[in-house]
Order: sequence, then structure tokens, then C-alpha cells
Amino acid sequence: MSGRESQPINRRSFLKRGTLGTTGLLIGFYLPELRQAHAADSVASNSAASGGSVTLNAWIHVSADDTVTIFIDKSEMGQSVLTGLAMIAADELECDWQKVRTEFAPADKVYFNPQFGAQGTGASTATRTSWEPLRKAGAAARMMLLQAAAQKWGVEPSECRAEKGAILHAPTGRRASYGSVAQAAGKIPVPQEIPLKDPRAFRIIGKPTRRLDTPDKVNGRAEFGIDVRRENMLYAVVARCPVFGGQVASFDASKAKAIPGVKHVLQISSGVAVVADNTWTAMEGRRALDVKWDEGPNAGVTSDTIRKLFAERASRPGHIARKDGDPEAQIKRAVRKIEAVYEVPFLAHATMEPQNCTADVSAERCDVWAPTQNQTNAQKTAADITGLDPSKVFVHTTFLGGGFGRRFESDYVSDAVEASKAVGKPVKVTWSREDDIQHDFYRTASYARFTGGLDADGWPTVWMNRIACPSIMARFGPLKDNFDARSVEICDAVPYAIPNILVDYQLAEAGIPVGFWRSVGASQNGFFLESFIDEIAAEGNKEPYELRRRLLRNAPRHLRVLETAAEKAGWGTPAPAGRFRGIAVVSSYFGYVAQVVEISVDRTKRSLNVHRVVCALDCGRVVNPSSIDAQVKSSVVYGL
Amino acid sequence: MPIEFTLNGKAQRVNVAPNMPLLWVLRDTLGMTGTKFGCGMALCGACTVHINGEAVRSCVTPVSNVAGKQVVTIEGLSEDRSHPVQRAWIELDVPQCGYCQSGQIMSAAALLAKNSQPSDAEIDDAMRGNICRCGTYHRIRLAIHRAARLKDPQAESAKARAGGAELLPTAEFAAQGGGK
Repeated sequence: MSGRESQPINRRSFLKRGTLGTTGLLIGFYLPELRQAHAADSVASNSAASGGSVTLNAWIHVSADDTVTIFIDKSEMGQSVLTGLAMIAADELECDWQKVRTEFAPADKVYFNPQFGAQGTGASTATRTSWEPLRKAGAAARMMLLQAAAQKWGVEPSECRAEKGAILHAPTGRRASYGSVAQAAGKIPVPQEIPLKDPRAFRIIGKPTRRLDTPDKVNGRAEFGIDVRRENMLYAVVARCPVFGGQVASFDASKAKAIPGVKHVLQISSGVAVVADNTWTAMEGRRALDVKWDEGPNAGVTSDTIRKLFAERASRPGHIARKDGDPEAQIKRAVRKIEAVYEVPFLAHATMEPQNCTADVSAERCDVWAPTQNQTNAQKTAADITGLDPSKVFVHTTFLGGGFGRRFESDYVSDAVEASKAVGKPVKVTWSREDDIQHDFYRTASYARFTGGLDADGWPTVWMNRIACPSIMARFGPLKDNFDARSVEICDAVPYAIPNILVDYQLAEAGIPVGFWRSVGASQNGFFLESFIDEIAAEGNKEPYELRRRLLRNAPRHLRVLETAAEKAGWGTPAPAGRFRGIAVVSSYFGYVAQVVEISVDRTKRSLNVHRVVCALDCGRVVNPSSIDAQVKSSVVYGL
Repeated sequence: MPIEFTLNGKAQRVNVAPNMPLLWVLRDTLGMTGTKFGCGMALCGACTVHINGEAVRSCVTPVSNVAGKQVVTIEGLSEDRSHPVQRAWIELDVPQCGYCQSGQIMSAAALLAKNSQPSDAEIDDAMRGNICRCGTYHRIRLAIHRAARLKDPQAESAKARAGGAELLPTAEFAAQGGGK
């Protein structure tokens, strides 16, 4: 690892640079930490040590050999954000795409996601919030390289241009590769005005582009959190209380400790950790443990008690999330009334890579290697446990074997940090699949009650919807009026033109931990909304697609994807014999999606077979069409 | 008693408990982390390796069972990503999170070693035990057809021609230096 003295740019010159606008392009001040936070074998550190290379800003590093390293400050969990963000920066940088490398960024304020006030990846914000900062980072770096070349040649910068990783001076035919002027570029002041490309001039953005991480994902080289290995590392698993909120009453570790290779058995906040010289031995040790649990207040919770709680809560008015017109009065005047209740269960994220974390705690510093979606919280968690200042906690983000919101949590981080702190060695904690399913922060179970009112012609005039479910946000602070907007997400944004709408929420805490999930509330609420509009269509004897079209007259983006999906699926033409089609449209997180699904029903097996799904998506500007294709198909499979 | 076997073409000797699953010997004892832990119960396929050419779940295979046998892991499938399955995986950009892909690739390679032109149904059958939580199944199936063609360029199957990967990077784009 290179020390501060050997940095190509000294710290003071960075300090002078300060921030650029509000986009978080904070230059240099963080560089020493950036260097320290990276492993000695990292691309950037090596090239920094070799001289002639420079980190032009928090995202872009140019090496003397022309390699461009783009720091990825979002977590790659399959969604292809690594490639997408690199494409955004590279397009403005005008570098040679073949020379682009990536590295995961350390935990640092410069990388805060403006939507969270923390460094994290979730809520479909990664591309949206990175779009402008990364374009500016790329453009600023390009301008500095161009200026450096112009100075070197003693020519006007306006006579130079950047193209495919080099600065060109047409009048004299001179050419300087980025690497050759990188060090000089590091001394150029960061430009204050950073003009961006006309989108029509994008060379990379919008083109189907192969993922940069694929080659390492076909030969086992990609390093996931679970693959981290440190010298003298021990391996741990944790026995956790089978009841949520329960605690260790007492434990007998004698049988576990008798197993060769079991090194330590210790109580940590999540349970009893067995630390051994390999994972399997740790698991064997855990099997031999005798733990008595104090099961706590949730010992009597069952699916039945939860269901009763939800139904009881849903029978009472809740906090009003939306009210249009006078639904209470108008429902009494409705010619026809229809009621429905929908229930969905708790769901485990079940990432392919079970939860895990590796920590190395010493008196001076703490290193955490984690497949995390939430670097800031991982850092804070480790700082709280170790008593170290967060600046002494170095979070190394690995590839994530799936995230889906599960890895926004830091429970696996505290396991590893507590264990490493206790045993004084690096410790990798691995959760078994059973641990992972049994101790999740689940997609919440939810209970939705609907009442619809129809006029004499069968058109809906009243839409009343009550949601009863646990709250995710209650975990992070007291709720105002017991209201969690996430719980009614998209239900409160019914897109249909119905004059009288009431959506309210009843908090129903079930004693089961809940957390973020792919699309969060929309994952269940989309199903509720679109099921009930179908029931309204049936009650009013309306064709479900035509009913939606008519009621979406004020929702053009919904309408467009709906019509596109219907057209591509051949809606209105007869389905093949024995098959049935359904249609739905949902918007969440600025995306608009409509699907037509073709199914058949096997009555003897009491099962549904899905034969075809036609999906229309409007997600705004597309960075990488190949990734969108993969994500859409992936989401359909995930939903099924 | 040390246990001896051939690992990726080289003699390997390990001194571990004989009932320790091969998965953990590979990952923890030998540091070969390309083979993944997913469930420990042979339910997900992430830990798939080849034992004497057969696709086997290493998480439920005691290491003593491989004594004297040929074990191949993802690291040993080729030295340079040149195995037709790896080439097809790269060409069609199959992985998303990538965690299950070592197992997917090992299962696909074992299938193609026995059946050089599998049908969709045969692919589905052979790959049934490999779960992908990202849902890359479409591209996996296409890539297996593609790998079959890479192994035997004369025998492109009808399914491979049927496409479905029109949004993938084109050769033309790659030639312009836009792809990688």
C-alpha cells in the first residue's frame, strides 16, 4: 500500500479544491482514506505506487498505462450497476471502453446517496442518483486531461479534443494518451463549469453493452463476501433464538468445545457464536451446543394470531393516506357494492449467497469485508461495537450474491465484528441457509380490504382500500400517527380516474422483523390494486383492458405501457384452447410496467401453468438495453 | 489418514476429517472459493463440481468419497475461460449476481459432455437442480444451445437459431470497441 507521501497529489492541494456544486464531486480530500481503504493489491494502489497515475476525483483514476479505473460506489448484486455506472462515466470521459476497469469504492461521505444521506444501494436509486454526478465526474476528468495536454504542447485547449482515451490536437496532428498526461492533469484545477454532452452524442450510454463483471463470474474469480480469506482467519456460525426477540438464557459449550478444530464458543448479541478453523467444523460445533433460550414476548405468535390481528386491525378506520371526493357518503349511493380481502404472507429474500461477513478488529482499526447494500450503516455498526471512530472502520464491499433489500441490513456485520473483537483475529461469519430463511427481515405479510361502488352503468365511482400490516419504517424511528407511507406504497397512488377514493392504513405489528424487498410495498400492493380493479370490471360487466384504458385517461405513461403490452400479446384475439389471459399495469419507483400473462389451469393438480408473459416497460432513459432485458426477465421469474 | 484425489488435473492430498464435505475442503482448506455454498443440502446446485465427469453436489459429498477420483471445479474447467460453456456464457452475458453460475456452468458442462445437442426439455431436466435467484434461466438455456454449437459448429440447433437474445451486444458493436 502506498503511503500518503507517495500520493501523486498532496492532501493540501485537494483541500483547496473543495466541492463542486451539490452533486457530491468532492475531490481529493478523501484520497488518502481512499488509498488506505483499498487493499494493497488493488489496481489503483499498484498503479499509484508505480508512478505517473492519478486519481482525478472520487470516481476516476487514470493510470500511466492508460487504464481507467472507475470507482463503483453502489453495490453490484446482479442488477448490472457496475457496468451501467462505468458506462455513464466513461461516455463523458471519452475514454477507451476496452481500458476501463472498476473497483468497489470504500465507505466514504463523498459517495453518499443523496436519497438516503448515506452510502447505500436500494429503492431503485442507483442509476438515477448517479446519472449527473458520474457524468460530471467523467466530463471534469476529461477537461483536466485535455487542459494538461494543451499546456504540455503550449496550445489552446479549444484546439484540442478528447477521443477514445487520448487528447488530439488536429492543427499539429499531435496525440497524447490519457495515461501520458494523467499526472499533469492531477495538478489542473477542477473546472467549475462542467458542460455535459448532448445525449445524441452518447457513444456508450444506450448501447447494448456486455457486463464488465461477466468474465470473472464464469471462472470462479469474482469475490463475493463469503469468499473473503484473511491470514489467520477463523470461521464462525451463530446459534440464534428460534423465536424473534428471544435471548440466550444459558448455554453449555462443553460438547462443542470437545470437537477438534472448535476454537471458541462465545455469546454475542445475536446468540452464541462457535468459532472454528473452518466453516464445517463451526457448524458441527453449533450442532453440539446446548442452548437454553428465553423466548421473550413473541413466544406465542403464530400464523393464526397474526392473521387475526390483521383482520381485527383492518376492521377499524386507520390513518388516511389519500382521500378524494366523499367516499363515505358516495358508497351509500352506489348502485352496486363489491368487497374483497387479499392477504399475502411474509417472504424471505433468500439471496443465493447466504448472509456473511468477515471482520478484522484491532485496537487501531477495523476492517469489514461485506456483501452489503449499506456501507454507511456497516461502518457505523462496526464503529459502535469497537468504539473506534468511523474513519477507522474500513468497509470493503465485495460482489453481492443477490441483495433484494436483505443486504441493506447490518446484522451479519455485527456478528463478525463482535466475534473478531472477542477472539482478536479475523473472523468470517457464515449463515447457513436455515439461518438465512429463519432470521430475515421479511417482506411483510399484509392484509388489504377493498370496497368498491359502481354506478348504474357498471363504472366505479367509489374506491375504498384499507391496508393492515407491520411497518418497516417503525424500526428506524417513531412513526407519526402510526402511519408508514411504505406500507401503502402505490395503493395511495391509484392511477384510475375514480371520483371518490379513500386509502387508509392500520399499523399491525406482528412480532416478525420486516425489511426492504425488491420494490418494497409495491411487491404486494401492486397485486392488491390490480386484482381489485379486475373484480370491479367483472362486477360491472366490463372488459378488464378496456376498463383500465378508460380509467387511465389521466395517466399517460400507465396507458402507454398497458396498450403496448396488450398489442404485443394479441389481447382481444382468442387465446389458444385451454389458456386464459390476464392483464395488469403498475408503476413504482418511476418505472411503469404492464404485463399480459397467459396461463392454463390444471384442475386435478390444482395448479396454474404460466405459458407466456408479455411485458412492456417504461423506465425512462436506458443506459444499457442488455441489462434492462435481463432485469425484466429476471423480475418476471422472481415474481413467479 | 490423508485423503488423496486429483483436483483439476493435479494430485491433491488433504488431512481433514473424512466426513467433511468436499465443498468445505475446497473452500476453506484449499482456498478454492469458486465453488459456492448455497444450502448444504443438495437443493440449490451452487456447489456443483465434477467427480469422474459427473455433476455432483459437493456440499453433501464427504471428502472420503472422492479418494482416488478426478475432481474438477470451476477453476479447473479451463485455464483461460475457453471451455465452450464459459465462452457461451460470456457471449450471451448470462450471469447477473453470478453466485449460482459456477454451479450452473458445471452442470451445463457435464450435460454437454454426454449430450452434445440437448433439446430444451433435456436442458431443463439436466439443469433442474440448479437454482438461480436472479432468474437468468432464459439466457442459461440459450447459452447451452450456443455452447453446443461452439463445440460442434455444424450442428446448430433450431432453438439456438430461434433467438430471444436480440438485446444482447452484437458482434458489430463489439467490433467498434463498444463492447467488451
